[in-house]
Amino acid sequence: MKERLEALRKDALEQLQGVADATALNDLRVQYLGKKGLLTEILRGMGALSAEERPIIGQVGNEVRAAIETVISEKQEGFDRAATAHRLQAETIDVTLPGKAVGVGSVHPLNKVTQEIEDIFIGMGYTIAEGPEVETDFFNFEALNLPKNHPARDMQDSFYITEEILLRTQTSPVQIRTMKEMNGKTPVKVICPGRVYRRDDDDATHSFMFHQIEGLVIGPNIRMSDLKGTLLQFVQEMYGSQMQIRLRPSFFPFTEPSAEVDVTCAQCGGSGCRMCKHTGWIEILGCGMVHPKVLEHGGYDPNEVTGFAFGMGVERIALLKYGIDDIRHLYTNDTKFLSQFAKM
Amino acid sequence: MNVSYRWLSDYIDLSGITAQELAEMMTRGGIEIDSVPSRNAGVSGVVVGYVKTREKHPDADKLSVCTLDVGTGEDLQIVCGAANIGADMKVPVAMVGAKLPGGLDIKRAKLRGVESQGMICSAKELGINDKLLPKEQQEGILILPTDTEVGRDILDVLALNDSIMELDLTPNRSDCLSMLGVAYEVAALTGRPLELPEPSKDLYLSSDKTSDFVRVSIKATEQCSLYTARYIKGVKIAPAPQWIQNRLIAAGVRPINNIVDITNYVMLEYGQPLHAFDAAKVAGGRIDVRLAQPGEVLVTLDDQERKLEPQMLVIADAEKAIALAGVMGGANSEVTLETTDIILESAKFDGGTVRRTSRQLGLRSEASARFEKEVDPARVRDALDRAASLIARYAEGLVTEGIAEAEVSTKEPVKVELSLSRINGMLGTELSSLEIKTILSRLHFVAEVSGDGVWNVSIPSRRGDITHDVDLVEEVARLHGYDEIPTTLIDGQTTAGALTKPQAIRRELRSIMTGAGLHEAICYSVTSLQRTTLFKELSGETKPIPLAMPMSEERSVLRTTLIPSLLEAASYNITRKNNDLALFEIGNVYHSDEDVLTRLPQEKPRAALLLSGNRRSAGWNRSAEAVDFYDAKGILEKVLERLGLGKKIAYVAAQPEGFHPGRTAAITIRTDRGIETIGYVGQLHPELQREFDLSDTYVAELELAPIYEYANRHIEYRVLPRYPAMERDIAVVVDRNVFGGALTEAIIASAGELLESVKVFDVYTGDRVSSDKKSVALALVYRHGERTLTDEEVTETHALVLAQLEQSFGAELRK
Repeated sequence: MKERLEALRKDALEQLQGVADATALNDLRVQYLGKKGLLTEILRGMGALSAEERPIIGQVGNEVRAAIETVISEKQEGFDRAATAHRLQAETIDVTLPGKAVGVGSVHPLNKVTQEIEDIFIGMGYTIAEGPEVETDFFNFEALNLPKNHPARDMQDSFYITEEILLRTQTSPVQIRTMKEMNGKTPVKVICPGRVYRRDDDDATHSFMFHQIEGLVIGPNIRMSDLKGTLLQFVQEMYGSQMQIRLRPSFFPFTEPSAEVDVTCAQCGGSGCRMCKHTGWIEILGCGMVHPKVLEHGGYDPNEVTGFAFGMGVERIALLKYGIDDIRHLYTNDTKFLSQFAKM
Repeated sequence: MNVSYRWLSDYIDLSGITAQELAEMMTRGGIEIDSVPSRNAGVSGVVVGYVKTREKHPDADKLSVCTLDVGTGEDLQIVCGAANIGADMKVPVAMVGAKLPGGLDIKRAKLRGVESQGMICSAKELGINDKLLPKEQQEGILILPTDTEVGRDILDVLALNDSIMELDLTPNRSDCLSMLGVAYEVAALTGRPLELPEPSKDLYLSSDKTSDFVRVSIKATEQCSLYTARYIKGVKIAPAPQWIQNRLIAAGVRPINNIVDITNYVMLEYGQPLHAFDAAKVAGGRIDVRLAQPGEVLVTLDDQERKLEPQMLVIADAEKAIALAGVMGGANSEVTLETTDIILESAKFDGGTVRRTSRQLGLRSEASARFEKEVDPARVRDALDRAASLIARYAEGLVTEGIAEAEVSTKEPVKVELSLSRINGMLGTELSSLEIKTILSRLHFVAEVSGDGVWNVSIPSRRGDITHDVDLVEEVARLHGYDEIPTTLIDGQTTAGALTKPQAIRRELRSIMTGAGLHEAICYSVTSLQRTTLFKELSGETKPIPLAMPMSEERSVLRTTLIPSLLEAASYNITRKNNDLALFEIGNVYHSDEDVLTRLPQEKPRAALLLSGNRRSAGWNRSAEAVDFYDAKGILEKVLERLGLGKKIAYVAAQPEGFHPGRTAAITIRTDRGIETIGYVGQLHPELQREFDLSDTYVAELELAPIYEYANRHIEYRVLPRYPAMERDIAVVVDRNVFGGALTEAIIASAGELLESVKVFDVYTGDRVSSDKKSVALALVYRHGERTLTDEEVTETHALVLAQLEQSFGAELRK
């Protein structure tokens, strides 16, 4: 019997060697190892063996079975791998075709800039104050030290609705409203973004409606040096730590001393180029120490507190930041324009 | 104000400081100077020549052949084409080798066979703006005064070796609308001494008394505080001397004749506008400063007839108005070539009066620009005398003795108290008393010490802008240098920055909308009256709020709803072939119940969106899909879900104006006050689609105030379910007009607590149901929080649901 088992092993292994596919492999497995297979058939004759021989032959039978099984399972794995490879090959797609589009929206560039500025000032401990766009003459002019006969108050330059009510020409009235709300308390630290309106003809650099961001700080000991420090910090966070600022004396009715603020030209880094008219500086905002009359209108004693204020035009900053050539693009809402601002 | 560097050097030594350097210094000191053009546009080698002979060119009618003495000892022969050339004239000659503006090099040439050794120049060819030339010099060659020295460089003669500083003045610095003012400023910046003209020294007085010729009185005392006049006899009207003309041209003023030029010259020098009347035309030897009479008319120097209003200030003689005070003279008293005696005026008119008059008449002049900003009363008489002395000298006039004047009041000089601690406390500097005193003395401000580190500063009347101590703090700061102010951080209490709830919600809205593929628009707050009427329900009960002086009809009324703005944006895009549109705006609308505003209108923050065209365009693997109602609604659902309002919101079929009546829902919110409509979502009415040239367009507008109020950002965690759910799908056949929302509401009401969720997952109309019916498929999920449900209890509840649907809607279970 032992010889027959060995012969079976030899035949089986030989046949397995040449098997071509999974079906043939299964047939061989049934033929040799199946319930009615050749191995079973041989082992069925074990009953005729002596008690001494039986375990030995049994042992051999098991070895033969194991040997055949091992080869069968190796072969099976091989066929499985090949089948998988074949299927994957068949499933190949053209990965260079475009994906299914997901709509990508965009925040308006003016609001992108505004949010960025807001976030910087929030980080510096400011809150955001808001006020009405339709304002009284008092808040828009009078309280800001622009008395009734002031040239800047001409009907021609502002959108009046009645003698006393107009579309605000600046975000500065929010300063007064904030002061009144604070009711004499300090510190005041706010920025005020919003729409403003002036009776300008629209052209590449003017829009009758535009946006400003105003800042106001009031406290018992606020100095012009603090204003410089604050603006420097803002500019460096907004444009990079290599940026410098430069203050030039200027005039606003609601601040004294007043200054225009230039920042290092981002285009040339200060060496001078066309954008900065070869000065190395770009004017971005106006600022100053809050005028005593304005503090009084806001309910503060100018002998007790001082403050600073600053204001910038959002359009100007957006135009400079993105290199937009015409302010009017900001208001046509052309999706070819807007969709360019879809990046984070 | 255009400031000639050379002229300025009359009053202050500028050696060692170039015009460019001075401009930079002034800019850093607060007087902005944008550009410093050179007056020499590229002229060299041009000298004064004397035309000895002029012959006609033998072969050309329009050319002349001239011989000229140019001071070299050798006469030049030059062919000239100008009609105004003649013998015995002094003219500018560009010699061979000369350069002219525009890169023109002068070479020896032959013109129609005749040799020409140079070129005789016009003023324009020398680079002078011909608008600034006297009329007779605008054409032909430039004819120089007969006393001009032959051979002299034309750059000297015309003072072209000069630079112009173009001052861009802030409204407070009108003191620099004069050469003297600029000189004071430069003295303050440089610390150099001033040399100012002393006007009365050169007066050539006649023995006559002014009071015998003219008397003045001020009737309008609010509008004029000081009026002075001088009488000058026997003037000869002629061109002003070249140096005055040169300076006027440098300042951008066109020379006219000696009298006008001198008044302009002194205006530029002192900042005090002057006016000369022909004394022969002033009736009654009288000058009154008064308000215009009703119906009064005056023809001004520009030959325009002006209808005067009663609040306008005029200068009048015994009979009639002869000038609009501070704005323009009258033609009826104009100085002409025949004039022999003049009355010279120098006065202080009220700035506001002059401004209103000049605005009303649309008449702005150098004079009105200065009066508007209040001239310095201390210079009124000085300027008068300065002009009189120049007229005496350059127009051969005899100035009579005495000034005719009227003065209403003199203003007390302004004194301001300034302390060292205030300066340093406000600036963050550590300046010393000595430094402050030095700065004040450079400004020529007199400061008396009134305490330890405290001064009482007298402010000269030329600096009317200084009234408070902070004004002096600025003077100190700018002269010390803004760059010298340190950079510090704010002392004291720190504060926490944060967004308010509405601000945070707006950002969230913006983020969800852009995440849904919408582009944010910013539209104008003003629109046309017609557009405020398109969406009545969204505009509410508001009355239109019109602008008093709109710039166009299209932008004349405050918007009452956002959607028309987005429609306008959509139309604009469609004309540019951007057909697939997804836009939103967060902005205010303006409502008021008043016909004429007496208080501020309500500003209501709102959000609106617009979808049109395709949700997505066709691709290689799918066809284009047009947007529909459910895109718009889906975005709103997402927004409101994110804001914690999902359960409070319901969508109810509605027919607001401007919307498609069958495809629009009111968005309602359930609050403590009951159920409120906070907006609409729907298809734009087809008529409006046509009007705005849009394909099917879906819009929504939402009131934000209730959202600010009820938005709930609090996240309430619920334990994850531990027991399995049981799902039952049903399909019911109902009438077509039964809303899915009604079915789900009925299911929720009848199923009780076991129902976890219900969702419509299919709606079918077609052959398999009758034509007035539809089949609605719903997925119901049942679950109990504490135990596994039994099949029996679900079946029991489910049966109740079906019974309810049958009872309420006649719903049949579809088998």
